[in-house]
Formats: sequence, structure tokens, C-alpha cells
Amino acid sequence: MKILYFAWLRDKAGMSERQVSPPPGVATVGALIDWLTDQDERQAAVFADRSVVRFAVNQDFAEADTPIGTGDEVAFFPPVTGG
Amino acid sequence: MIRVQREGFDIGREIAALTVGNPRIGGIASFVGLVRDLGGLRSMTLEHYPGMTERQLARIDAEAHRRWPLEASLIVHRYGRLEPGEPIVLTITASAHRQTAFDSCNFLMDWLKTEAPFWKREEAASGEHWVAAHADDDAARDRWQETG
Repeated sequence: MKILYFAWLRDKAGMSERQVSPPPGVATVGALIDWLTDQDERQAAVFADRSVVRFAVNQDFAEADTPIGTGDEVAFFPPVTGG
Repeated sequence: MIRVQREGFDIGREIAALTVGNPRIGGIASFVGLVRDLGGLRSMTLEHYPGMTERQLARIDAEAHRRWPLEASLIVHRYGRLEPGEPIVLTITASAHRQTAFDSCNFLMDWLKTEAPFWKREEAASGEHWVAAHADDDAARDRWQETG
């Protein structure tokens, strides 16, 4: 599974992307966030305030209960500020 | 049509290219967003999510065509480092009638502000910071919600 970070979430993560292999029980975006948060302090910092974290699965906006699977691309980012 | 690009754009050329040879067009509306400097801004860097950005802009463009009888439309959004006064975004809509062009152009910008994955970082003398999202942008998008 490919994880992408954008804007200040990338700054906090210290990386723009990574490959992860969460255990089979991690079946939704919300569960993935829980699992990543437990991995290390940097990931915990990325998700410290979940109210400001938005996400996409395979380049579509997603919700915490959106299902995920092997081979998916999951992106985390703050609310968008284009235009 | 949509484009995501680093380079600038010429609004006159874009309008001409978009509308040439279509006699049904009676009105064209356009909007250009610029890098604003309220004091001390050196530059702004726009980051985006390649792939998802194009998909989202194409959806927004398609939604405008679903809602209004448009003859043509264009969204151009830049990314990378921009200086104060430089254009960031261009929206153009063309229709038989004025109100359709105005409304749909407004819609494109309101939706783009909240639905397209871009993030602005400002570089000023005092340091760098990511621009925070505005609640009034959400409100501007929500006024286009369809009822029923």
C-alpha cells in the first residue's frame, strides 16, 4: 500500500511517500490512521489533530470508514487552499 | 477543459482558442486569481496532488456542464513558485446567454477552492507558513447545493 503526504503533513511526516504493509485487520482509512499513529512518533505527530487531516483513496476524497486494501494509494493532506 | 501547469497563461489567447468558430456563444465570463500581497510576501508556492488534481478539476468542469448549457469552459490552475501579482488560476465559461456564463464561472471557482487538491505556502520576510483553509470558502461552495 502506498501512502502519500502533502503540505504540512509531509513536513511532519518527514517524507512525501512510503510503502506500508498493515496487518489484514486494517481495513479502513480510520483503522490505517490508528495503525500508522502507533508506528512511530513522527506518524503520531502527523495525526495528532485528526480534525485537520483530509484523505483520499486512489485519488478520490474518502471518509474514515472508506475501505482500503493492498495496492491502494492512500493520501493524507490538510484542507485544500487552491484557487 | 482543464489544465494544470507551472507556466503562466494569456487570458486573451485562452478565450480566443476556446471560443473560435462557435457562433452560438453569446457571452463569455472569466475570472483570474492573483497572488495577493498584503505586506511582506516574497513568494507563494503552490503544491498539488498530480493525478488527483486533474481528476477533481475535470469533475468540477463536468459538473458545471451538467448544471448549465455551456458552449465551452476552461480551468487553468498553476503550481510551483509564484511571485506577488502573478496569476494563479483562470476560469472561463462561454454560453448563449450572459447569466449562464456568470453563474457557471462563479461556480467553478467556488468548487475549485474546496474540491481541488492544492495547498499554498507563503514565503515572507518573517518566515514561511502554510495558508490555512477558510470556512467562508466552504460556505461559498455550499450555496451551490442543489435542493430536492
